[in-house]
Amino acid sequence: MATGIRDKVAILGMGCSKFGERWDSNGEDLMVEAFVECIADAGIDKNEIQAAWLGTNAPQFGVGTSALPLSMALRLPNIPVSRNENMCATGTEAFRGACYAVAAGVYDICLALGVEKLKDVGYGGLPAPAGNITVNDMTAPNGSAPGNFAQLASAYRAKYHISRDVLKEAIAHVSWKSHQNGAKNPKAHLRKAVSMEQIIAAPIIADPLGLFDCCGVSDGAACAIVTTPEIAKKLGKTDLITVKALQLAVSNGYELEYNEWEGEHFVTTETAGKRAYEEAGITTPREEISMMEVHDCFSITELVTMEDLHISERGGAVKDIMDGFYNLDGGIPCQPDGGLKCFGHPIGASGLRMLYEMYLQLHGRAGERQIEDPHYGLTHNLGGMPYMNICSVTVVGKYGD
Amino acid sequence: MVGIVSYGGYIPQKRLSRAAIAKSMSWFSPGLAGAAKGERSMANWDEDSLTMAVAASQDALVGIDKSKLDAVYLASTTLPFDDRDNAGVVKAALNLPDNILTADFASSLKAGPIALMTALETVKGGDKQTILVTASDKRRTKAASNDEMLFGDGAGSLVVGNDNVIAEYIGGYTISTDFVDHYRGSDAKYDYNWEQRWIRDEGFSKIYPDVFKGVLDRTGVSIEDVTKMIFPCIFGRFQAKIAGAVGAKPEQLSDMLQANVGECGAAHPFVMLARELETAKPGDILMVAGIGQGAGALLFRVTDKITKLPKRAGISGCLANRTEVDTYTKWLQYNGLIETDLGARGDVDTRTGLSSLYRNRKLILGFVGGKCRECGTPQIPAKRICVKPGCSAVDSLEEYEFADKPAKILTFTADNLAASLDPPAIYGMIQFEGGGRILTDFTDCSLDSVEVGVRMKMTFRKKYQDDKRSFSGYYWKATIDNNIEK
Repeated sequence: MATGIRDKVAILGMGCSKFGERWDSNGEDLMVEAFVECIADAGIDKNEIQAAWLGTNAPQFGVGTSALPLSMALRLPNIPVSRNENMCATGTEAFRGACYAVAAGVYDICLALGVEKLKDVGYGGLPAPAGNITVNDMTAPNGSAPGNFAQLASAYRAKYHISRDVLKEAIAHVSWKSHQNGAKNPKAHLRKAVSMEQIIAAPIIADPLGLFDCCGVSDGAACAIVTTPEIAKKLGKTDLITVKALQLAVSNGYELEYNEWEGEHFVTTETAGKRAYEEAGITTPREEISMMEVHDCFSITELVTMEDLHISERGGAVKDIMDGFYNLDGGIPCQPDGGLKCFGHPIGASGLRMLYEMYLQLHGRAGERQIEDPHYGLTHNLGGMPYMNICSVTVVGKYGD
Repeated sequence: MVGIVSYGGYIPQKRLSRAAIAKSMSWFSPGLAGAAKGERSMANWDEDSLTMAVAASQDALVGIDKSKLDAVYLASTTLPFDDRDNAGVVKAALNLPDNILTADFASSLKAGPIALMTALETVKGGDKQTILVTASDKRRTKAASNDEMLFGDGAGSLVVGNDNVIAEYIGGYTISTDFVDHYRGSDAKYDYNWEQRWIRDEGFSKIYPDVFKGVLDRTGVSIEDVTKMIFPCIFGRFQAKIAGAVGAKPEQLSDMLQANVGECGAAHPFVMLARELETAKPGDILMVAGIGQGAGALLFRVTDKITKLPKRAGISGCLANRTEVDTYTKWLQYNGLIETDLGARGDVDTRTGLSSLYRNRKLILGFVGGKCRECGTPQIPAKRICVKPGCSAVDSLEEYEFADKPAKILTFTADNLAASLDPPAIYGMIQFEGGGRILTDFTDCSLDSVEVGVRMKMTFRKKYQDDKRSFSGYYWKATIDNNIEK
């Protein structure tokens, strides 16, 4: 009988590059930047890493395909390295690979690294799809990521009978709060606080999402070295941070092709969240979770995710948001590092970047944005579109908690 | 009895005000001001002769068992493919069986009447019982030209057969003469025209009366008995003089729709006929003719079956579904007459995977999904494993058509980031009545007109244009259903 991941894996060290428009760096440079910090934090020698996972999503513009870019960039000693891709949830997938290898007892120490070099595409936003080769190319709407997520708002308004203005103000508050937090983070891509008025008046990208409802598209890398709690202790580590839950839920066409989904929430997030709470032993998430980094690719995504994770009640996210419940000084601070919104979104790195913030917070190393005595930290990393996606939910906390 | 058993038509929703053309261009061509009356129909950027042909055919097939069709004839001078069976694309879009005959009638403005006559005579011959004949044209014109003012975009469709005939075929007459009033060489984008006065006096004034007289003489019908003379004439009021040459009176003339549509090329006789059939009474005699390097004319006698034809949008329904365009630059943009900056997102390759297009033709061209034999769930696309949770039957789907199913908006957005010839790109998910849903582009609508719950219908449109390889990609989009009472 499987017993889950809880407390079987400890994070030995983490690193994260500065995110942003890194005109100065290749993907390789970003990997090294994150890794140098990570290995120093772990306090081990590179040769002690026995296997590695590389997460990257858009190799054609960035580091290239296969596991070679990681092995070559870090000069790894011919150890097994795998490359994985699961859209915007890619970073957490690399972490899962490393954690499971350690938990299975196959390796003692593993590396997970996520990276994306997006700013060599030549224009803003994510790379546009090209060609009409597959049936999907020939039938999918002429759309974009903001347009696909923006549809959540139309369905949410209809389901809960909320006016356009009320919802627009709530999602603006989501972004306002992340800008407040991002301004406190030296590694964040966007470090400027903005006013509610600025957010609401910004040009519309895809109705009703304006410029500030969309996250930054960035270059960056983040990584983690993991081991077992026993080995971590032997290496002299105290105050261990361990993995409490590591869950993934993937769509099967139910949302897109069956008749029930109403278009206003994420089926997978609800599923992955439930499984994660069960794996971590959490029964009252709103009471037990101390902080969250969720996949706020767009402000509306964060709003509905608060309900899918059962932190806000169904239809209750608008009120919680407007009450400041998710602010840095609120009941459960969400996106203390600025989130995808302001820290930025180098696709393959984001899942690991979220964990990096939880790790810093749990160690009391989050500086100006430090949350007082946090216990469980939750990360939510989503790939794909509302109607068809990959959702990972991870819970980390102090060993013994 | 052989004749017309059903009719349909299609005029694009957009109408370009002729005053808008003159307002923008009369500085360059002062003559435009004199013609700046009324409006012309204007295909959306995602419409062409094929998409309009499909729309008109769908209209004509209301109440018709399409499995009975033996052939599809398509008449047009602006078919998107020189070498690819254009009628075959219409056939695929209508999800007709493979074992039928498809043929294009092209290269002359008389192609419509000629295709119709060929279909009627084929049915008369007895080998085939029912033939769909559709004519469609979207003629390219230079900016600020006389033709730009005069022409319209549109399609008409007729079903010809020998059962439940609404307009009996009395007879036809054709003339072929190499009168080159205008022509378009194989590699040319635009027509080359000769002097209008010569065309009017040496062409229209002689050829039309000859063909009218020919069909009247051959059938023994006298001109006084003809209820309506249905023929396009680019010389406006000169129409009366031409018909007068065979003794027809002004009240016998059919409205050429010059005020609100414009001249739709090879399709125009069909468009005019479809409109006349909407109000025709049993016993009416209709003459329909078209001109182009000669002419073709046909006579029909309306039967009492016309009163039993189910309701359809028809030309009148299309005319009522109208959006005025007073921005001339929009017309230029839709028709490739100006090169706008689509941005870096528009700078992507659109090469088509012909092998996957063929493999998925039922979905892409026919918009055919499946219905599970085990649980009854309609779904699109049709995949090997049923989508219903708890069913998941394997290979259980039977073909199920979605093209004619009404739907409602479930989610939507208007996207300013996606590269589009007509931003914002509006799209979303719609839920079909009876089950099934699709995420697809919306067309012929604005952000103001869409909301969750608004009723939609499907329309066959151009999805993309690969200019580099001269390929038009087609798929189905959702548009607001304005004919709810139907």
